[in-house]
Amino acid sequence: MATETDGGGLVFHPMDQFIVSPLFGDGGVAWYTPTNVTLWLALTVAVIALLLVRSTRDARIVPGKAQSIAELAYGFVYKMVVDVTGKDGVKYFPYIMTLFMFILVANFLGLVPMAFTTTSHIAVTAVLAVAVFLAVTVLGFVLNGPKFLGMFWVTSAPLAIRPVLAIIEVISYFVRPVSHSIRLAGNMTAGHAVIKVFAAFAGLAALSPLAILGVMAMYGLEILVSFIQAYVFTILTCVYLKDALHPHH
Amino acid sequence: MADTPTTAHGAAANGSEAAGMPQLDFATFPNQIFWLVVALVAIYFILSRIALPRIAGILTDRQDTIGNDLGAAEELKLKAQAAEAAYEKALADARAEAQRIANETKAAMQADVNDAIAKADAEIAERAAESEKAIAAIRASALESVEAVAKDTTGAIVAALGGQTDDAAVAAAVDARLKG
Repeated sequence: MATETDGGGLVFHPMDQFIVSPLFGDGGVAWYTPTNVTLWLALTVAVIALLLVRSTRDARIVPGKAQSIAELAYGFVYKMVVDVTGKDGVKYFPYIMTLFMFILVANFLGLVPMAFTTTSHIAVTAVLAVAVFLAVTVLGFVLNGPKFLGMFWVTSAPLAIRPVLAIIEVISYFVRPVSHSIRLAGNMTAGHAVIKVFAAFAGLAALSPLAILGVMAMYGLEILVSFIQAYVFTILTCVYLKDALHPHH
Repeated sequence: MADTPTTAHGAAANGSEAAGMPQLDFATFPNQIFWLVVALVAIYFILSRIALPRIAGILTDRQDTIGNDLGAAEELKLKAQAAEAAYEKALADARAEAQRIANETKAAMQADVNDAIAKADAEIAERAAESEKAIAAIRASALESVEAVAKDTTGAIVAALGGQTDDAAVAAAVDARLKG
């Protein structure tokens, strides 16, 4: 859909796959309109339910394949939370698991041909990142009171450079949600766009073997990126959470 | 470009140009954010109400089962060790019993053999004594015969020489000679 050969010439529309369009009819996109975003978010929820609820229904002591995946995901995120934030971070585990499973499944669903990648949109990743940022900031002040500001006052540094460090620390703190969200959306967008560009070259018979090889290679890389970006987003969330729980280090 | 499918899509309908990044089409942001929040809330409730407690339960159950199985295995191992010890003891007992029986039998047989030897020895001694007696009797009777023959011969010689044979005197003379 993104590319067509038009009288021998190549037409690239690598970004068309990211267009938000209504599922029914041709009207505008209001906030409540069911769109392709809605469809792929619903599929994400469905896959997560299938993966974590349906597979564990029998609750066997010796797990089957699906149950093993569910347990693996649980153990992976649980260990990450405990390792990074310590034992007192465990009560935030359901939130972090929600984030991880959403990003992971949405990334992988985006790799289905003709799919819409919800996590490639800055609107989605920004909501996630800002939610993490606000939650961590509020939690930091609620748990530590004004002492939370001590995070920006590096007591291990000489007194003279502490104000400078404080400014840098504050700036880096506020840049967190930006880098947090753009990292994920950028990675997903770039990978999918590059695949589309390679796919467009497949329209030329001479180049098509190379183009298909390129699509295959990019696809493999994207599978890796899908997991790694979910992992990076989650572990950064854990690191930020650790700052809120233990600001003095 | 005129027949590209983008014109049919919402992006064009929303007034943003198709060439730009759809990610930066702010008209679609409320829609995305609304549905994202719905999805996240749904996922959160599915996880926190159903999936996570269930998986935690499975993992705890498995831990318990493994712990119980290890305990049972330890118990069975101890039982096996006790059984082995009992077997070893029974074997040692049987060996000792066999040894004892063998020794007893050996002693009994030795006693029997000793008895038989003693009996045989006694018999042999008896026979030897009997033979001795018989030989002695024969020798005595032989001596007696020699005496009688000597007396008869002496009487006959004396008679032949023309002497008067006095049996008593001859017997006395022969006795005297024989003693000498």
